[in-house]
Parts: sequence; C-alpha cells; structure tokens
Amino acid sequence: MDRTLLIALASFSAVTLAGCAAMRTGADEAAIRAKAIDAMKTSFKEKGQAKLDRLNQDETQALCSQYAGKELPKDVAATIEKSNLASIRYPQDGKLVGDWKRGERIAQDGRGFQYSDDPKGPVGANCYACHQLTKQEISFGTMGPSLYNFGKLRGYTDEMRRYAWGKVYNSQAYSACTNMPRFGHAKILNEQQMRDVVALLMDPASPVNQ
Amino acid sequence: MADPMKIRATLVGDSTEVRVLMSHEMETGQRKDAAGKTVPAWFIQSVTATHNGKTVLSAQWGPAVAKNPFLSFKFKGGAKGDKVQITWTDNRGEKRTDEATIG
Amino acid sequence: MITMLRAALAATAVALGGMLASPATYAQAGSAADEIEKYRQALQDGNPAELWEARGEDLWKKPGGPKNASLERCDLGRGPGVVKGAYAELPKFFADAGRVMDLETRLVWCRVNLQGMTEADARRSPFGSPERKSDNEALTAWITSESKGVAMAVSLDHPKMREAYDVGRAIFFFRGGPHDFACSTCHSEDGKRIRLQDLPNLTVKSGAQRGYTTWPAYRVSQGELRTFQWRLNDCFRQQRFPEIEFGSPASIALTTFLAYNANGAPFAAPAIKR
Repeated sequence: MDRTLLIALASFSAVTLAGCAAMRTGADEAAIRAKAIDAMKTSFKEKGQAKLDRLNQDETQALCSQYAGKELPKDVAATIEKSNLASIRYPQDGKLVGDWKRGERIAQDGRGFQYSDDPKGPVGANCYACHQLTKQEISFGTMGPSLYNFGKLRGYTDEMRRYAWGKVYNSQAYSACTNMPRFGHAKILNEQQMRDVVALLMDPASPVNQ
Repeated sequence: MADPMKIRATLVGDSTEVRVLMSHEMETGQRKDAAGKTVPAWFIQSVTATHNGKTVLSAQWGPAVAKNPFLSFKFKGGAKGDKVQITWTDNRGEKRTDEATIG
Repeated sequence: MITMLRAALAATAVALGGMLASPATYAQAGSAADEIEKYRQALQDGNPAELWEARGEDLWKKPGGPKNASLERCDLGRGPGVVKGAYAELPKFFADAGRVMDLETRLVWCRVNLQGMTEADARRSPFGSPERKSDNEALTAWITSESKGVAMAVSLDHPKMREAYDVGRAIFFFRGGPHDFACSTCHSEDGKRIRLQDLPNLTVKSGAQRGYTTWPAYRVSQGELRTFQWRLNDCFRQQRFPEIEFGSPASIALTTFLAYNANGAPFAAPAIKR
C-alpha cells in the first residue's frame, strides 16, 4: 500500500478515513488488529475481578470487531447468529416469567463486573442505560429501541415469552453484532434474574405494559 | 496550607466586579469514606472582602456550599490599581488571605 | 449583589432530582434534558480548573526532583520550554525517546530526564483524590490551558504516528469482556445517549472534536480535574475491561486516533463537566 497516498487521503476528513480503511487489503488490516491486540496485552493489568482473560475475544467478539464501522457481510452475520442461537438455554422447569418488580430493580441497576464493583454482587442489567421501558422512568438512554409496551404490542404469547428470553439471553442470535450484551450466555444474569427481566417485559401487570 | 485563591477584580462602569475561586474540600460531615466512617465536617465558615482596608463583603457560609467554591460579587467604587483582599476562615480555624489588584 | 453560584446550583440539582423521580410523560424527557443543559451553562462561570492551572504553572516553574531542576526546559514538541500551542499538536513522535507520546507520558519523561525522578515516582498518583493531589493533573491543566483556542493539528507524517493511529482505531473497535463492549459501542452513532447523558460520536469529525477538545475537565461530581488519560481509564472500567495502565502503548494509540480525528477544531479545555 502506498503510504504517501494513504496520508494524503487521510488528511481529507473522517469520511476519507473510513474509505481509506476500506482500501486496505485484508492482510494489512489483520496485521494492524494483531498489533492492536499485542499493544493491549502489554497495556492492561488485572484489577479486582477484571482479569486479563477479558481481553481474549470469542469468535463473535472478534468478527464484530473486524467488521465494525463497515457493512457486515450476510454470510458472516449468519454464522454469528447461528452459533449464538445454539447457545441459548431455556430453564429446565420451563418457567420463563418471574417477578416484574424485581425485574425493574435489575433494569435500574448498572452495577456488576466492573473492577470497582464488589465481585459478590449485586449485579444488574442496566436496561435503562439504553432503553426506554416505562412511563415513570424518564432517565433512559436511546442506544436501543424503546421497549415501552413490549408485551402489550406483541401479544402475551408463549412464542413472545420465548423470544424475550432468547433476546435477553443472547441478543447476537437475532441481530449479529448488536450492541446489546448477552446477559444469559455471558452469565451476567442468573436464571432467576432472567425470569424477572422477562417478567418486566412480558407481564401484563408490569409498568412496561401500562 | 491551603492553595491560593484565584481572584479577579475588574472595574465595570462605577462598580468593581470581583470573582473568586477558593480551593477547599467543603466536607459536609454527611459523607462516609470507603470504610464506612463518617468524614468529619470541614468547610469555610466566614468570608470577608476588603477594599483598601474597608470591608465591602462579609459572609457566613455553611456546609451546603460546594467543593472549590466560586464567589462573585460587585461593590460600588474602587479604582484601577486598588487592592481587593479576600479572607476565608474554616471551621478548623484555618485561614487564608489573598489579594488582587483591580484592573 | 452577591452570587453564590454553586450553592444556587446545588439547589437546582435538588430540584432536578425531584423532577426525575416524579411520574412524567415523554414530553418531559425533553424538558429534563433542557434543564440539564441550563445547569451545564450555569457551570461555565468560575471553573475551578483554574485552581489546578495555577498549581500546575507553579510546578512547571519551580525547581524540583533530585536534580532540583524546573521543567522549563521540557520539550513538549515545539522546542524546549515552548508551552503555547504545544498540546494541540500532541500526541507526537519524540526522537529523543524514540516513541510516540501524549502530554502526560511526555511529562513523566521530562520529570525523569530533567528532574532526575525515578520512573516509578514520576508515574505515581496520575489521578488525584482529596487525600493526595496529583501533580500530573495540575501540570496537564496548565499546559492544556496554554492551547486554548488553538486549532488541533496532530500530524501523522511520521510512520510511528500513522501506526499509532491505525492501532488506536483497531482498539476503538475492539469488543471484549463479559458485556462485549468496545469504545465504539457507545461512541459510533450520532444523537445517542446513556440515560440522559449525551454521547459524542467519535468516528465523525464533529463528534471527535466535541469529545476530545473538552478534556481535561473539572468534574463537578468529583470535585477534581480529570485528564484525557483518566477519561480513557474510566471508560475501560465501565467497559468491564481490566485497568488500562497510565501512559501505556494502547492508551497513547487510542489518544492518537481520537486527537487526530479532532483536527481543525479549536482546543477548548480545561472545561467543566457535571
């Protein structure tokens, strides 16, 4: 790759920066990613519960990093969704819906897994950081779509309850490289917490559906 | 020893505008440290400002004022080159005086 | 007339808190954001960052360290002792050190090489607390203030700078940890927010300019002045990553990526943030 050309292009603007990255060969990009990973391995130190193994990417994380900032090829998206769909576990007793009141507390709570957090918990899902859920809570983020009236709009069916469970458990199964964490797959939430969050979305009495 | 204050005094028309930044923790006495122990109250209790030796402002503060307080006030009179002096005293009896020239 | 600005602001904050807790409709989310914007505007007057700037200027000029030397001969990239406008060109490749450095890393280098401090001493307490003030934060506050209004002009002409930029970009998009987060998770779309906090899109020029040029900043919620290295450190904490080391290769690469993307914008810090 012609470096002078690259620099000349880079000086245009952010628009050109994206174009310039796309012009690089796959091998160049892979070499840069490898350098970045090397740099990260020497730049982080474990602290509290956050150990260095958190820098080891699984296949989904690696692919989503590789294709970040550009269009995700259809076959790659399909690969990611297939393997993540296969990871979803439904509870043995078949009970998908818990207590929406506890679910609301989990949705409000952003703690857990930071090195500054107590490893013994509690752990939340921080849903409100990215989603609107209820009319009562006006401090909500907009990274994800509004989930207000989630169950009411989609119907309180078994199929929807299974979908809600699956989506919270492993969102990558339905939308490759989504920003949403895989709460069940990554063991962020336990089974009971999963049920409680599903209840927040799917219980007709939940404020989400009022 | 507390850090110096940052004082700006400017003549605007016939009055002097004074802006003061003070370096102080302003502990309320309500906060707990990491070990769960109450952090004792520590805050500026009184502030006085003098112009050429004459008091132009006298204030009693409490723990509700934020950390590193900012105070701005105006007084009538003052001329370029005059001195404005600010003194604060906190509840531990610590004191700090700084001076600025009206510009 | 007496204005005890920040005391009045505390009252505003209480009022806001009360408002957030009360039941509300969609429309009120907008007005809450407006009120927060008013609060941010009101904060602009009397930025305590100036207290750090004053202390930093003192630290720069006062002889210190085992060699009892001042930092006034420190070369921040525009020649020994040139502070004006220096920050707007950083990070930069420094031939004497043989690597790319951001301001905070360069300060460590100068304190070791000019003042004779050990590397460990020069790197101690990069981020201060009420119990232990940070010289790094004070020096950074003063030096960056000397670039206020200067257009960001980071150059990638040196191949090591080009490499740092590319590596920084790859780190920006690197997803990992239990939550699959990357910098890009929160900072690659326009007009998004976490709770009520607006997020700059750091992959486009306007967002990078807004984000990068307003650090360091006095954080009202912490009562401390925080630097760009601190900003990266705390982002990675929230990403659930291990701790990024102060002045490490990854943090300098990431800083290079973000600083270069902000080129052209007038530098606007030390700022004040909630």
